[in-house]
Amino acid sequence: MASTTTATLHGWIDGIGVLAPGLSTWTQAQPILAGAVAYQRQPVLVPTAAALPPPERRRVGLAAKVALPVAQEAIANARQDAKALAAVFSSSGADCDNCDAICRVLASEDRHISPTRFHNSVHNVAAGYWSIASGAMTPATALCAYDGSFGAGLLEALTQVVVDGVGTLLVTYEVPYPEPLHAKRPLPAPFGLALVLMPQPGPHSLAQLQVDLVEAPPNQVTIAEVETLRRQVPAARGLPLLQLLAQGRRGRVILEYLDPLNLAVDLLPCR
Amino acid sequence: MTPVRLSHFTASSCLGCGLAATLTALLQHRGGLAPRHFETVDDLETQVGEVPQVDDVALPASLAEYECRNNRLAWLGLQQDGFSAAVEDAIARYGPQRVGILIGTSTAGILQTEQAYRRRDPNTGALPEDLLYRTTHNTYSVAAFIRRYFRLAGPAMVVSTACSSSAKVFASAARLLAAGVIDAAIVGGVDSLCLTTLYGFNSLELLSAEPCRPFDVDRKGLCIGEAAAFVLLERPGSNLDADTVLLLGAGESSDAYHMSAPHPDGLGAQMAMAAALRSAGLQATDIDYINLHGTATPSNDAAEGKAVATLFGDRTPCSSVKGATGHTLGAAGGLEAVISALALQHAFLPGGINTRHLDPTIPIQYLTANSTLAPSRVMSNSFGFGGTNCSLVFGRSG
Repeated sequence: MASTTTATLHGWIDGIGVLAPGLSTWTQAQPILAGAVAYQRQPVLVPTAAALPPPERRRVGLAAKVALPVAQEAIANARQDAKALAAVFSSSGADCDNCDAICRVLASEDRHISPTRFHNSVHNVAAGYWSIASGAMTPATALCAYDGSFGAGLLEALTQVVVDGVGTLLVTYEVPYPEPLHAKRPLPAPFGLALVLMPQPGPHSLAQLQVDLVEAPPNQVTIAEVETLRRQVPAARGLPLLQLLAQGRRGRVILEYLDPLNLAVDLLPCR
Repeated sequence: MTPVRLSHFTASSCLGCGLAATLTALLQHRGGLAPRHFETVDDLETQVGEVPQVDDVALPASLAEYECRNNRLAWLGLQQDGFSAAVEDAIARYGPQRVGILIGTSTAGILQTEQAYRRRDPNTGALPEDLLYRTTHNTYSVAAFIRRYFRLAGPAMVVSTACSSSAKVFASAARLLAAGVIDAAIVGGVDSLCLTTLYGFNSLELLSAEPCRPFDVDRKGLCIGEAAAFVLLERPGSNLDADTVLLLGAGESSDAYHMSAPHPDGLGAQMAMAAALRSAGLQATDIDYINLHGTATPSNDAAEGKAVATLFGDRTPCSSVKGATGHTLGAAGGLEAVISALALQHAFLPGGINTRHLDPTIPIQYLTANSTLAPSRVMSNSFGFGGTNCSLVFGRSG
């Protein structure tokens, strides 16, 4: 083998956003994940996409409605300008309602799908609406690695931070398929998680993170119902990192990526 | 950026399977679009760039769960030009965890689900048992298929940003190489014909009934094609042959304008091209040829033309190959990277076909015939829905 060296990727986490059953914002979720407040499963209240201009607000589907608020929360917490950040969106299914609606029409007598349905079918649907909502003309990508989508997004975002030296917004999200696809891919509820990753520490940095590829089993979340979410939703594979951030302690968590590789994240809080 | 070597590459499209067929079609200035009715699509008047050999592919039994048109097209592409053997060599050199997979696709194997919806249980509405979502429909399925095919165990992902997907994989792979996460990457694009894109572009009134005519004053829209294109990327190393093609730069941007229409002045496209030049450390005058996105829709070509004219004036020869290949959507960036590499290695510029009367309002040097001018550096553009833009710069090492 010419090379067996494993690279370590470094960056700083400056902002966090979350929207999930029982976790409505990072501010609300932090004491729950830290163990100070009991977790109570609640349906996700998806906000209207107020950041979008009215025409887009009428056309936007659930996927972007979940992705946009977590992106905004993370950026607000980081006190960063969205227009200055690259963006990485990662999702296993993107807009699942829209996929079902298109497949129904294509299987019917009249196959004419609507233009809005069609442009909402692209996997980069949330990235596109994000760019329109934020005005960011910076690079934005959209990834998929099935259940490894969180890990793929974190790797992509962190290599942008390390190699291009740019602040990068990572947004991972999922929305459920309706039946009949739900039976084939049972994603239980809307889930969004966003991180603002920076190449240098700043006044709002929460923690330094260091990521390595390892062959070690992933960590679980120590709250049983939240752990269930972690197992069910690809984007929720990042929850052990959020729990460590909520606890504000130094430590290492292993996040599920692609068998046999997982991501080891070493976290060093800034304060 | 640190240059990256295209160690091995291949492409299969309606021009033919493999580099020899692709090069021959380009040099003969002919295309592969035809008025075929794909699957049950008999109510759309358009031309398609179908790869007929896909229908004859039988996946090995060990890969049976990946059975779908998209993965059959991927498999067909992997058999051409000794590409699989080149990847096996790289795996032997670096190990299965150090070879990454980054593939662009827009629709993966969605055709499986489109067809399965016709076979829903009349009582329960359930999809048939034989529909395998993870290995066919899911956007990642084509990368999972390739990971299984090569028994790789390293990083893998699909970039799915509509029609810029398989251009952006080059930028992502270059970063993973630069960061030392991997030592080689299989990049490329695989996108196959399906109902969503045919009826989708029809809904936008963007499908051309005749073979599409990029940059023609009477262009009527695009024609959809399918393709599998693969490139093995590695760090350049030493003792490069003069014919070796390098990825010299990559630029990405977003339009922040509209989900399905480009910025009217091509502002995002211009930013991506400028970023690619910066990334390569080059000036506009260093580029000998631009492979345009050139879908032949009225708005794309107008916007891209403005962007090119702003940055390059009318000095730089450019063309779109989509008159020949159709728009292969998520595979277009990969396919056109390979065509750019062929132009660099075989010392020619591919003229666009089907274009009869150039749009006089677009002041660029659009080639309608092949040129024997030997390029040293070329740019390739890929833009997509959601306002996603990616430009790549390739060059000969000598």
